[in-house]
Amino acid sequence: MKRVGVFLCWCGSNIAGTVDVGKVAEQARRLPGVVHVEENKYTCSEPGQAAIVKAIKDQRLDRVVVASCSPRLHEATFRRTVESAGLNPYFFEMANVREHCSWIHTDKETATPKAFDLVRMAVAKALRNEALTRGSITIEKRALVIGAGIAGIQAALDIADAGHEVILLEREPTIGGRMAQLDKTFPTLDCSQCILTPKMVDAAKHPNITLYTWSELEKVAGYIGNFTVTIRRKARGVDETLCTGCGVCQSKCPVKVPSEFDEGMGMRKAIYSPFPQAVPNRPVMDRANCTFFKTGKCKICERFCEAKAIRFDQEDSLIEVKVGAIVTATGFDLFKVEKYGEYGYGLYPDVINSLQFERLVNASGPTDGKIKKPSDHEIPKSVAFVLCVGSRDEQKGTTYCSRACCMYSIKHAIQFRDKVKDGRAYVFYMDIRTPGKSYEEFYKRAAVDYGVEFIRGRPSKIFSRNGKMVLKAEDTLLGRPIEVEVEMVVLAPAMLARNDAAKIAQTMSISYDGYGFLNEAHPKLRPVETNTAGIFLAGVCQGPKDIPDTVAQASAAASKVIGLLSHEQMATEPMIARVSEALCSGCLWCKPICPYQAIEAKTITEKVQGKIVSREVAAVNSGLCQGCGACTVACRDGAMNISGFTNDQLLAEVDELLGASRPACAAE
Amino acid sequence: MPNLKSPLLVSGGPEKRVFLGEVDAMAATHVAACYQCGKCSGGCPLSFAMDYQPRQIMRLVQMGLADEALASNTIWVCATCYTCTSRCPRDIDIAGVMDALRFMARRRGFRPGDRNVGVFHRSFLNGVKRFGRSHELMLFVEYKLGTMRLTEDLPLGAKMLAKNKMAILPEITKGRAEIAALFRESARGAEKGGDKL
Amino acid sequence: MSGQSARYAYYPGCSLHSTAREYNVSVRAVAQAAGVELVEVPDWNCCGATSAHATDPFLAFALPARVLLQAEESGLDILAPCAACYGRLMTAKEEAHRRPDLVARFEKAIGRKLGPAPRILNVLEFLAEPKVAETIAAGLKRPLTDLKVAPYYGCLLVRPSKVTRFDDAERPTSMDKILASVGATPVDFPGKTECCGASLGISRVDLVVELSGRIVQQAKHAGAEAIAVACPLCQTNLDGRQGTAAAKLGEAFGLPIYYITELVALALGVAPGRLGLGKHLTNSLALLRQKKLA
Repeated sequence: MKRVGVFLCWCGSNIAGTVDVGKVAEQARRLPGVVHVEENKYTCSEPGQAAIVKAIKDQRLDRVVVASCSPRLHEATFRRTVESAGLNPYFFEMANVREHCSWIHTDKETATPKAFDLVRMAVAKALRNEALTRGSITIEKRALVIGAGIAGIQAALDIADAGHEVILLEREPTIGGRMAQLDKTFPTLDCSQCILTPKMVDAAKHPNITLYTWSELEKVAGYIGNFTVTIRRKARGVDETLCTGCGVCQSKCPVKVPSEFDEGMGMRKAIYSPFPQAVPNRPVMDRANCTFFKTGKCKICERFCEAKAIRFDQEDSLIEVKVGAIVTATGFDLFKVEKYGEYGYGLYPDVINSLQFERLVNASGPTDGKIKKPSDHEIPKSVAFVLCVGSRDEQKGTTYCSRACCMYSIKHAIQFRDKVKDGRAYVFYMDIRTPGKSYEEFYKRAAVDYGVEFIRGRPSKIFSRNGKMVLKAEDTLLGRPIEVEVEMVVLAPAMLARNDAAKIAQTMSISYDGYGFLNEAHPKLRPVETNTAGIFLAGVCQGPKDIPDTVAQASAAASKVIGLLSHEQMATEPMIARVSEALCSGCLWCKPICPYQAIEAKTITEKVQGKIVSREVAAVNSGLCQGCGACTVACRDGAMNISGFTNDQLLAEVDELLGASRPACAAE
Repeated sequence: MPNLKSPLLVSGGPEKRVFLGEVDAMAATHVAACYQCGKCSGGCPLSFAMDYQPRQIMRLVQMGLADEALASNTIWVCATCYTCTSRCPRDIDIAGVMDALRFMARRRGFRPGDRNVGVFHRSFLNGVKRFGRSHELMLFVEYKLGTMRLTEDLPLGAKMLAKNKMAILPEITKGRAEIAALFRESARGAEKGGDKL
Repeated sequence: MSGQSARYAYYPGCSLHSTAREYNVSVRAVAQAAGVELVEVPDWNCCGATSAHATDPFLAFALPARVLLQAEESGLDILAPCAACYGRLMTAKEEAHRRPDLVARFEKAIGRKLGPAPRILNVLEFLAEPKVAETIAAGLKRPLTDLKVAPYYGCLLVRPSKVTRFDDAERPTSMDKILASVGATPVDFPGKTECCGASLGISRVDLVVELSGRIVQQAKHAGAEAIAVACPLCQTNLDGRQGTAAAKLGEAFGLPIYYITELVALALGVAPGRLGLGKHLTNSLALLRQKKLA
């Protein structure tokens, strides 16, 4: 005789406001199998949970149904509650009368019977629940960090310092990411590379960190604690073990192409290292632009390399690694500001974007830190900085605010005024956003100490007139149309997810939003986890942010990884597929359906009419099965079931709803 | 902006926001989305000749200051070039709002903020009502009589006539009755529904 | 789609029969040279231009809707060389989808049913149509070599882009390409899509002088010898007010304002005398003679 307890939650007024909980309770009392019903204002609270434990003990309950919120929120909580009272946690069922009822309806008259329907369905299922035992899997004590900008480097260092192995993967020839391109960082005006390079060296030298640069993420298989990752090590064209990083090949190479690192403001060679402090200090060969690969002639680099490290015949290689956790720190790309035809980027050489300005003002940049106009290489006497190019624009750009541009544009304006004492700097803004520590003070410094001029008005057009660039706008604070003449314009582009963010996300089976930013598991409470267990996020790949927030997030992601890797074993959910060998015909239709390759053929022997016969049946690998249920649909014989979601249980819910009754049968 | 002697008093219930709703409905847009960035005013080729900048007109609508918006010269000097609409980052049809305000101004009896422009539009439509097609010579004449600026701009008119660029006689559509019916329907709508279409 | 449309419904609009007669002449000349027939929309009426949509939302729809109605019988795509007419027809077409109540009111008043609108082309789209483009590509009798022309698009061909869906609203290139295809040198300049002052041409001459003057000045400073337009009101403003603007700005302009179709017609071999170039208010023949094109 089963004894079901039903606990109805008010959730304050979240449920009780739209559902007559008392009425549902009254009806629930009359359900077959139900011996105890109680209501609670906040079932998930300590007294609420204590009430469940008490009822289980006092009423000798062997099944518990809680009608409250989404199982995604509190299923785990209540399973623990039930377990603490000595009951197998899988005798617990949850009816979602909040997200699936009270939160989506407004009429109590119709919401209340719906809530009761959900409760009686849950009771019907609970009557068919069985005791299940959790399995466990070993955890590979190694982490993969994808992306070696400051987020990836920080996460890798934290994990490595905690004593775990880390593989740090970077697609560029060097680690360092965007921060390596910057000159100074706000609000302290610290030299970016000065604070970054020690961390880069630490990461390269750390005994627990294995660095793969000039490498791409090829494939990710497996699941939390047991990922199998395939990495493509692209052909560098250089034997890294022999190369000394002397740089002669670079200086001798006759080919010049625009430098990606310098955002087109300078040139690089076909065999190159992006910047002098590159880690590792080993060049790569750009085959698309190399003369030898295009025409069959040259090889000057090989001729001059004393270490005999040049390898024209090198090929990509694939390596496979096993990791327990993955941190994604793939960073960002910038909005293509040429989309704003009215701003003239691409038409006028002296209209540039902020990252290009960053390279100009950088002492180790293509102009040795002199802010020179691309048109005539003269120093401009006036510069306009335009905010929100691509951001906060429903028509042509992205809807969101890019968070860091106000601050870095103010920084740029300060840097310009510092270097060009008789220059004028203008910042065109809609709002100045200074949410961080010392940020508002930085803004004031710019206006007062550095004489930066702030104009509130989004420029409508930028064009050339009599050799000057003109910004046509309205000074909205004055309420008057203005035209501002300057020699150079710097557009602050929106931060975007990487161009291939969607592809990366799909490779890892993690979700992303309409802009390509990777989704965190919960926007408030779980900012560094994804909905895929074992995969974490850090940095701008999750959303635009500045360096302090990036570093904080990286350490947060690392702490999650360290927590995960600190266990020897990990409990696995028992709601996985199981085969009834008696019913299985051995057709193995389930095998190709399984996305986790968790089903194999197994030979069993049986006694049939006195003879021993052997035949094939399906067998589920409990370590790989994720309980998705695809196989149960494919199974023609009904031999495949998901424990905790058996066909019998699910059909009982349907029958209960539709009014047909089924006797509760023993578990298959 | 006019020199107010006392602060603008904002109080009362949602009925005070009726004007915003009316403009939204007529222009099929969402004025509340305007965050006053000024890109519309910045690109407007005629902003220098307006008493209120286009952005300020949007603000007047947001704040329910219908009279100031409808009495402005802004809405009449607007050339409907659509530069504002094409650049608005909140995707508001500002040119459509100008159309809506012009229409509401006439229906509510506001004198056009730019008299000449008002006379021009009236003369133009009178011509269309009369012949089904615009007769430029007559338009000139009616406009001059309406504005009493008889000698202004005569050289251009004379040159055009000399080069046979203006028809002396009007072209008259056969479907004049249909055109008249459309004009009647427009007037009927004004009587019945006020500002609604 | 090549080799198809050899016939179009033709909606000249009021000004092409009056102040912009030469535009009408040149469009027809190009059509003739390309073997394309233009069938004038029977008993067409004024589209209402600015005055209707500025003051009367019902007429703003109803007037161009009647034009669409008149064109229905022919079943042909409609060519509207006037940019304002083009804009009004396109808007009416779009409104007919969005506002069934407006359509119903119109149909009741006029006593006829409005069918779906065909494709509506502006003059630049027309010049890119297969038969015309092929005729241009097949060989120019009089390539406009060494003629530096600034293509001026104005407002209503490219805006609002959700309605016209034509070229780019900020940096259009369709007219530049047409100029290049007839041997001229297109001169890019910042005022390509700036407003000339439009219908303020009579009521606020001061504003049109300011706006049109700026455009001509920018074109001149960019190195243009002439400006090409695809709208009769733009032509009237840039042409008619050029003298006053020049005086105001203290500069000499003297930039002829050609209709793009006049230039294409010339390139295709149509005799200058047939094109009514003498009707322009700013001397438009002297430059052609200088370049040995007339």
